Amino acid sequence: MNWKMSRVVRTVADVMVVPIIIFGVYLIIHGHLTPGGGFQGGAVIASSTALLIIAYGSFGKHKDSLSSLESTGLTLFILLAFLGIGYTVFYNFLASGGAVFGGSVHYGINPGRLDSGGTVPLMNIMVGLEVAAALSLILWMMAKGSDSMDVEEVKG
Amino acid sequence: MPVYEIIFTLILVGLVMTALAVVWFKDLISAAISLGACSLLLSLQFYLLRAPDVAIAEAAVGAALTTAIFIFAIRATDREEGYS
Repeated sequence: MNWKMSRVVRTVADVMVVPIIIFGVYLIIHGHLTPGGGFQGGAVIASSTALLIIAYGSFGKHKDSLSSLESTGLTLFILLAFLGIGYTVFYNFLASGGAVFGGSVHYGINPGRLDSGGTVPLMNIMVGLEVAAALSLILWMMAKGSDSMDVEEVKG
Repeated sequence: MPVYEIIFTLILVGLVMTALAVVWFKDLISAAISLGACSLLLSLQFYLLRAPDVAIAEAAVGAALTTAIFIFAIRATDREEGYS
């Protein structure tokens, strides 16, 4: 069943979705400097999915794509954890190396440097990808399942 | 009395009132939205107690996602609370 809410609700949802996603991405990539991180940013991005589903209905078929996105995030997280196996698992092998996210941390009181986390921002990005995809999948399956009362009819 | 304690007391009274409203409402959508308001007040309390990380998680999960899932579930059943 495809139901839609009124034109006012759909327009406000269109306007608000982009700032919500940008705020979620901000929380994810500043996870090692400010409050927030992968889980919080992913949950904020998934709330934009909730807004779209409430405004437009559970359109399309997204079960396989969201599920594979979640699996990709989790697999890349585990791979990145095992890349530092020469020392320990979750070893921060990129810190202070000068490569990507490998800048040195400034001394003293400063607003923080986005470039200085090592593998921590990469892990935040992957956790955010996984949490956003998983919570969006939960929301989408709940909306799809409440459209048709028979749960057996839910096909991706 | 410091101004922080007045704000804390107001937020805690609002928390108890919204939590009682969840039980008292017979309309289930009103109860779900009241639960979202309770989560939002709890998030504000977390922020004032200097736990902004928990406040962001509570606001995103408790106020947005849980309310949306409750509304999806209520839409598949009856809106009024009843005994059948």
